[in-house]
Amino acid sequence: MKKEPIISTRGLVAKYGDATILKNIDIDIFPGEITVILGGSGCGKTTLIKNILRLFQPFSGEVKIFGQEVTQLDEPEFDRILSKIGMLFQNGALLNSMSIFDNIAIPLEQHTKLSPEIIKKIIRVKLNLVNLAKAEKLMPSELSGGMKKRAALARAIALDPEILVCDEPSAGLDPLTSASLDELILNLKKLLKMTIVIVTHELASIHRIADKIIFLDAGKVLFSGTLTAAKKSEIPEIKSFFEIGSF
Amino acid sequence: MRCKNNILFIETDLTKKEIPAKMNELKKIAEKKITQIDLDAVKIIDSAGVAFLDELQQKFSKPDLINLSPEIERTHKIFSSLTLPKPQQSIKENFFVKIGESLLGFWQTAKKAVYLLADIFFWSFVGIVDRKGHRKGSVISQSLLIGVDALGIIGLLSFILGLILALQSAAQLRQFGANIFVADLMAVSMVTEMGPLLTSIILAGRSGSAIASEIATMKVTEELDALKMMAINPIRYVVVPKFHAMTLCIPLLVIMATLIGILGGLIIAITYLDISVVAFVNRVFDVITFKDAAVGIGKSFFFAWTIVIIGSYYGFTASGGAEGVGKVTTKSVVASIFWIIILDALNSLIFYF
Ligand SMILES: Nc1ncnc2c1ncn2[C@@H]1O[C@H](COP(=O)(O)OP(=O)(O)OP(=O)(O)O)[C@@H](O)[C@H]1O
Ligand SMILES: [Mg+2]
Repeated sequence: MKKEPIISTRGLVAKYGDATILKNIDIDIFPGEITVILGGSGCGKTTLIKNILRLFQPFSGEVKIFGQEVTQLDEPEFDRILSKIGMLFQNGALLNSMSIFDNIAIPLEQHTKLSPEIIKKIIRVKLNLVNLAKAEKLMPSELSGGMKKRAALARAIALDPEILVCDEPSAGLDPLTSASLDELILNLKKLLKMTIVIVTHELASIHRIADKIIFLDAGKVLFSGTLTAAKKSEIPEIKSFFEIGSF
Repeated sequence: MRCKNNILFIETDLTKKEIPAKMNELKKIAEKKITQIDLDAVKIIDSAGVAFLDELQQKFSKPDLINLSPEIERTHKIFSSLTLPKPQQSIKENFFVKIGESLLGFWQTAKKAVYLLADIFFWSFVGIVDRKGHRKGSVISQSLLIGVDALGIIGLLSFILGLILALQSAAQLRQFGANIFVADLMAVSMVTEMGPLLTSIILAGRSGSAIASEIATMKVTEELDALKMMAINPIRYVVVPKFHAMTLCIPLLVIMATLIGILGGLIIAITYLDISVVAFVNRVFDVITFKDAAVGIGKSFFFAWTIVIIGSYYGFTASGGAEGVGKVTTKSVVASIFWIIILDALNSLIFYF
């Protein structure tokens, strides 16, 4: 039996003003898998994610999340879908005026009826998972770039979302922290059956975690398939990516 | 949840949805003794569920978890907070320590402000002759921003203020047949007080906040550090052009505000008090002394410098992220208006007491 995709786009076109960034994107992302989106810097990976999650309204085309067409959905209905999705932004996007603890408490306080003791426990565990146990009282401006990213990941997984979207989670992290982050992502997939979409350039981490690869180039999908197939691919851009390891 | 033979049976899944109800049930069994928790019926557990189990284990002197499926056990291992080190308690500070700290803080602030003040004055005077370290055209663009863009609002407000002042006093003056004195009143009040003060307060709100937020944003986004690394003095590059632009603009703005304010008074005088234009204008020039005009314009320079210095000072002290910028902007506007009024009071004491 073939699985239904949990996220799929058909003919998605994205523009900023007159500049067309994505032309006709068709992708399928399947539940319980880790899908890695690859592509050169500035090719539109972040744009693709933001258009799928409607942070930008797609110019045309359709997007289905959980089997539901979302581009025309009402705000409240779409919010219900969003509460099942966690997003780690490329630059963290922590709320600057709140401590790390309060940042992670936001989704827990807004979307659940959990009592403060339970919330506190969840936050401490999630911070510990991203190796930030000591940082809970600090303000975002007191963290390093990599620490901010990890704190933002803790916020993204606060609600154990069904879909986790990460925009370059390991950029700016040392190899050890990056590896432990991969470990965490694998665990989230295995234990919580999370569907995970990751934008990353780290070859090592792609080898460790990726089930599927989607390769974007010049606003189009150049390749979409399993990691093994990607490694064997004869498409020059992809071949050189896996040979050189970066662009 | 069911309790039997000191065993607590959890009968549903343990996810965010079920936990709030479970916490309520927990109160009912708080008195019971529990040595084991049976998780046989639990099929799904998430981090909230694990947190709940931790809560149970803490409340009931560590009962054992039994009958967990391997998956639940693994999830529990990942999300359990029991093995984490205890968080550190922050130490409470002594009352006297706090007082001392705040005094010290005030002293440091004052010291920094004085240094900055000296720096800005020094480089501004140097900058008049030595244009090195300025961006080309920055004084002009700043003057446009500070001066020209403010013309409309300052003109409109001083006109309205002139109308109001004249109208309020006209009613009184007319009772005594002292109609012509409305010219005295308008001239003296606009030239010595209202013109400079109104202009400065509007500029404090408009340009002072812009200066503070611009510099604060540069500070928190490391732009000032970037300038320093390019061997550029941020004060010369960023503050001095604003200082010069402000110094250029304020006398012109004050003169304009004063004239328009008096014009407002003139309109009331003509329409309401039957005074002729010529009589009004002659009277105005009779009343105004050179000293009044000089003091009015002179003090407005000090107000302008206050605005730039306080705006830059708060800008440079910004820390944190975007919210730090908001905080210092507010503080700088309040502080500039406060000091403008204090300076104005001192000025009156010196020249008119
Ligand atoms: N808000 C915006 N307004 C206009 N153009 C934008 C905007 N954001 C991105 N772009 C443009 O869209 C293109 C794709 O940007 P995007 O951020 O999606 O790239 P990316 O693939 O995520 O790159 P990176 O790997 O560097 O993060 C770029 O050419 C960029 O200049
Ligand atoms: Mg990006």
